[in-house]
Amino acid sequence: MATNRQAATAHSRWRAPIFFAILAVLFVLEGTVRNSMFSGSWNTSLAILNMGLISAITALGVNMQWGYAGLFNVGVVGFLAMGALAPVLISLPPVEGAWEAGIPRLALALLVGLGTLAMARLAWGRTRSGILTLAVLIGGFLAYRWLFDPAVTAIEANNPARQGNIGGLGLPVLLSWVVGGVFAAAAAWAIGKVALGLRSDYLAIATLGIGEIIVAVLRNEEWLARGVMNITSIPRPVAYEIELQRNLDFVEAASRWGFGAAEASGIWVKLSYMSLFLVVLLVIILLAELALKSPWGRMMRAIRDNETAAEAMGKDVTRRHLQVFILGSAVIGVAGAMMVTLDGLLAPTSYNPLRYTFLIWVMVIVGGSGNNWGAVLGSVTIWFLWIKAEVWGPALIAAMTSPMADGPIKAHLLDSSPHMRFIAMGAVLLLVLRFAPRGLLPEK
Amino acid sequence: MDILNGLVVFLNFVFIPAAAYGAQLALGALGVTLIYGILRFSNFAHGDTMAFGTAIVILLTWGLQALGISIQPLPTALLALVPAIALTALLVLATDRLVYRFYRRQKAAPIILVMASVGVMFVMNGLTRLLIGVNEQRFDDGARFIIDVRTFREMTGLTEGLALRSTQGLTVILAFITMIALFWFLNRTRSGKAMRAYSDNEDLALLSGIDPERVVRLTWIIAAGLMVMAGTLYGLDKAFRPFNYFQILLPIFAAAIVGGLGNPMGAIAGGFLVAFSEVAVTYPWVRVVGYVAPWYDPGPGNLMQLLGTEYKFAVSFVILIVVLLFRPTGLFRGKSV
Repeated sequence: MATNRQAATAHSRWRAPIFFAILAVLFVLEGTVRNSMFSGSWNTSLAILNMGLISAITALGVNMQWGYAGLFNVGVVGFLAMGALAPVLISLPPVEGAWEAGIPRLALALLVGLGTLAMARLAWGRTRSGILTLAVLIGGFLAYRWLFDPAVTAIEANNPARQGNIGGLGLPVLLSWVVGGVFAAAAAWAIGKVALGLRSDYLAIATLGIGEIIVAVLRNEEWLARGVMNITSIPRPVAYEIELQRNLDFVEAASRWGFGAAEASGIWVKLSYMSLFLVVLLVIILLAELALKSPWGRMMRAIRDNETAAEAMGKDVTRRHLQVFILGSAVIGVAGAMMVTLDGLLAPTSYNPLRYTFLIWVMVIVGGSGNNWGAVLGSVTIWFLWIKAEVWGPALIAAMTSPMADGPIKAHLLDSSPHMRFIAMGAVLLLVLRFAPRGLLPEK
Repeated sequence: MDILNGLVVFLNFVFIPAAAYGAQLALGALGVTLIYGILRFSNFAHGDTMAFGTAIVILLTWGLQALGISIQPLPTALLALVPAIALTALLVLATDRLVYRFYRRQKAAPIILVMASVGVMFVMNGLTRLLIGVNEQRFDDGARFIIDVRTFREMTGLTEGLALRSTQGLTVILAFITMIALFWFLNRTRSGKAMRAYSDNEDLALLSGIDPERVVRLTWIIAAGLMVMAGTLYGLDKAFRPFNYFQILLPIFAAAIVGGLGNPMGAIAGGFLVAFSEVAVTYPWVRVVGYVAPWYDPGPGNLMQLLGTEYKFAVSFVILIVVLLFRPTGLFRGKSV
């Protein structure tokens, strides 16, 4: 961590393998042992792991911004949501009649909106006249609304019960992972241009606002992704359980391993997802590690550790910050697209910053900021704890309250025990910040 | 007459709600700004601590109601306010002792304190949920209106009615009293002057024998008072849901920053600026325009609304960005660490 004052303690090179081994044991226990602590189901274990891998990719993006460059981005949920839009727009089948209803007019409106911003910027740059700039903005806004509103009404009126949005392009869903990264990168570019001049606390609050806005757009612009009506049945890159269960070869192979057809199909689908996620994760880690060990990475860390000195040596700090902000956000966007693909569902109301921004931050800090493997370790560990807290929390409270007499207080404690997970996560973050500020796997 | 009707609509749907909301934001932003001025970090746990304090107020209110104690026509929650502030102050002092003091002694970078406040935010959020659950709670009793629509119409003979809810009136009056008391404290008392001195120049303040830990304690206690007050007034005016208090963090930060972090006057101005812009931008102006400019026909279905109400938060954020672009430390020239 940039601002850490503790002397770097020497760590054995077995530290990372040992932590990962412990984590692996936990997942094996979850898959095999059935008691009050573990579910004993490989389906559950793999489901936790898959979401953990996606969290790990998100955390890698945050780690690039914070660990490499010291940028405090609290708008993670917004970039995840940007990425989440990609599977919808890329892989869903085209909506019949949407084009006629008003896509061209809508596109024109968005172009006018962008043009207005560019014009306003130009007007301000050339003349420094606030009144002229304001006039351009107001005129542009009126033109934009004049084009935009009827188009949206028409699109939302197009078969609203089932569609009512612009639909997708019908391309393979895997492509949308890349596009998700591009979406998030584009958003990051626009935001970075405005906000990266700000100081640390101010940047944090600016990104917090941006995250909220992106999620608000996703929730309310029904022409785009149906808003709160959700989008289901996003195409899959892997097999469907039903098909596997109908496949006689598969059923036979499953029974040879001692699994029922239903259970085996679930495991097979999750394993397929897992392999895809692992490929993405390893590619990103490889690129990130190469970048970190290159002159570029040394420059980034030099900037992070002492901005003034780096600037004095001729490094363009603002430009580098923008670069790493875009790269990190792109990685977060990829994770957002992957998450929607895994769920097969886009539910904008579920994009809660507590879960998708601040929990990711806990993962990065606990894992060890500045260390890519640390981010992965922290993510999977914290995600495992987050899920298991749902089971362990009530068990713990039940054990603690067992000597108490039955009554309203005991009932209330038992009822609200799921909320323990927030307290637990906060406590973990605070303890790590206090006693191991460099995280489980510190930066070398 | 039409102009008067238009004015009444404006007062009823824009001015009064925005004034009440602005007062709540200003109280919240004052707390944020005080903590920033003295402890020098943005406190992300502010919203959730507000929620916790309000939850205590609600529980105490229910207790008082069960005992049959009330102060009709005022809401019982006002009685519960004082003990709730005391309890919240104790909790907040405990978090300072357990969490923040360590980093202060270490002279850690502000961003580490911000991160620690994220940890505190999680814990506070969990505590609030544990204490009162996640559902909406209503705890406003007492008289509902100072003026209601019918009385107003009968009094004035206008077509449009004006309603002033007691919670709105109460919010503005209480916030006003609190702000005067705070400014009196900061400008006139010895402790207040010590706080300002510490905020302006830490080293100089230490040289003149000001006890920093005392200043920090005082700050937390005042901040706790402001938090519980803001949270309770917001809860009385709208309704209490823990998640709303997490969301209100953004407008509160926007208000504090727009005014200039560390500047109490700025926090108040920022609070009202953010609230009035939010309401004005998302209000459908068609009825007001109908009275003021009856010759203008905006066409069917046009509500003359600049932005949908869902984008309230966007407004506070846009103001934030615009102000920061032109005045990087806010309108009233706040400080930057």
